[in-house]
Amino acid sequence: MTKLTHTLRNLLHARAFTSLTTVGLLLILFGAGAALFPGFGSVQVVFNLLIDNAWLLVLAIGLTFVILSGGIDLSVGSVLALSTMLCGFLLQSWHWPALLVIALVLCGGVLFGATMGVLIHFFKLQPFIVTLAGMFLARGLCYLISINSITITDPLFTVMSQSQIMLFDAFISPSVVIAAVVLLVAVGVAHGTAFGRIVYAIGGNEQSALMMGLPVGAVKVGIYALSGFCAALGGVLFSFYMLSGYALHGQGAELDAIAAVVIGGTLLSGGVGYVAGTVTGVLVLGTIQTMIAFDGTLSSWWTKIVIGGLLLGFCLVQRIMTRSSVHPNINR
Amino acid sequence: MFKPHPLLKPGMALLVLLLADLLLIPGFFQLEVKDGHLYGSVIDILNRAAPLMLTALGMTLVIATRGTDISVGAVAAIAGTVAVLLIGAHDTGVLPAVLLAIGCAALCGLWNGALVVGLGMQPIITTMILMVAGRGLAQLLTDGQIETVRDAPFFFIGTGYLFGLPVSLYIVAMVLALIALLVHKTAFGLFIQAVGINPVASCLAGIKAGALTVAAYVICSVCAGLAGVMICSNVKSADANNIGLLLELDAILAVTLGGTSLDGGKFSLLGTVIGALIIQTLTYTIYSLGVAPELNMIIKAVVVVAVCLSQSTEFKKLSGSVSAQFGKREA
Repeated sequence: MTKLTHTLRNLLHARAFTSLTTVGLLLILFGAGAALFPGFGSVQVVFNLLIDNAWLLVLAIGLTFVILSGGIDLSVGSVLALSTMLCGFLLQSWHWPALLVIALVLCGGVLFGATMGVLIHFFKLQPFIVTLAGMFLARGLCYLISINSITITDPLFTVMSQSQIMLFDAFISPSVVIAAVVLLVAVGVAHGTAFGRIVYAIGGNEQSALMMGLPVGAVKVGIYALSGFCAALGGVLFSFYMLSGYALHGQGAELDAIAAVVIGGTLLSGGVGYVAGTVTGVLVLGTIQTMIAFDGTLSSWWTKIVIGGLLLGFCLVQRIMTRSSVHPNINR
Repeated sequence: MFKPHPLLKPGMALLVLLLADLLLIPGFFQLEVKDGHLYGSVIDILNRAAPLMLTALGMTLVIATRGTDISVGAVAAIAGTVAVLLIGAHDTGVLPAVLLAIGCAALCGLWNGALVVGLGMQPIITTMILMVAGRGLAQLLTDGQIETVRDAPFFFIGTGYLFGLPVSLYIVAMVLALIALLVHKTAFGLFIQAVGINPVASCLAGIKAGALTVAAYVICSVCAGLAGVMICSNVKSADANNIGLLLELDAILAVTLGGTSLDGGKFSLLGTVIGALIIQTLTYTIYSLGVAPELNMIIKAVVVVAVCLSQSTEFKKLSGSVSAQFGKREA
């Protein structure tokens, strides 16, 4: 008996607690969906969840690193839109080869993120305000390219959009494979490389990380560059998905991505969380949307209200956990 | 060492903008009297900046406590929708409807403040929850439809004139006067600065930091709610999806432009008003010069970064050492 309570208490205090809660929540949500709606509990519905949210997953993975380091990146949604726009413009107006365009867009994302990182680290500006400016800038650049939607007819993009990879009698899209590769690499980077350890160290206590002689500056710039890269890749996947470039793509995507990271169990104060947790966060958001779509009578704004409620719930759990495990500190 | 007045920089920026307008836009400063109302570009800018000025004034207090409120757009949507629904669908009088709408906004502020203070949650994430859910709630209220309203007294708030000037300007002046009184004539302003500069020290000094912070969030939401009502009255309808969209960004920008540091502490209400006017004048200039309005966002982004850099001590050090090097070379 005492052993059981002991394990229970250990589980409660474990750093993975919120992540595990999310896995439980995901299972409950999916079970409820399967019980309520006929046809919900099929493999294809799960795969559709992945197909529809591959871009969000990539976006959220990049953001996980930023939030783990104690920062925030509000520009990801706009960078995504800018990437779709650049893809559309370079392919349709200048007829550049698709692979070159993709490479250029990804480099652009890295550069954009790195610039923000430099401003944040070397000039000690708040991540929040710098990435807010980045959000404006990227969205503005979209409109500068065109205010209309650009339809993409490039053969490579069409193939990526329409091909189906059969798996367990159901299909997934190539984007899901790309997102899965990104996920695996990201988990490897977070837990198996010096970069990953330093990200956690910065999130835990930047001052200590600096005093330990860790290359805080370079890693911080790297984190924002990585987030920029993921946002740009998310944009490429989004243009595979929509086959168009549009300045209004991904509006509010930064909030969905932040919500996914938080629901996935990463502490907003930094230092605690898992990249893999973000996957469950994205899937929870996707499942809610699928349930609302299956129901048919609920309007789209219920998604916003439910996501807001979930965010609140998870933030509360996080606060209670950090209060019980860490010394109560008077901060802002 | 000579220390310039904090309002010097934003004031100069506004002056430069106005000067550019004087040279580039013919008849910019012309004022006409039609039907006893004053008309002209300047009045137009003031009138259109009114909701932004209101929101930014409230935001100034929140930022002074080291917080941020990104839910102001959603709060404006809720308050505007409540007012329009009460008047349009329930035939409530204008005054009770507006008061109820402001009451809803105050509740939103109380919610934000309670979460930030009571649970110690980060301001950005706390207000983000309301930003996401609040707009959803506003859409729920209108059932996703655009609610229109026909009620002459209600239109007075957003489109009416009093003694030749738009009513909205009187409302802004009143709110500015009230907040200024609260901040300068009571200890409230001093305490807010103390909380922003050092929360721990102010707490040890016996200042009730919690209650003060909650009050700042409530004032901010009330201002945002008033702005929402004003916007709805101006367009004679409530579109929950669009009221106050991106208002939070403009408001934060206005506060930053006005010289209030995002690190909390010292703040300037007048600076914020000037900041809001800079944004609106910039928008007006871009539109009337026929430049692509898309440029507006890019210019705003560049301005934010430039202003933040000019406040950053690291940047000052860097530019100081660079100019010192140049000085050496020239000598």
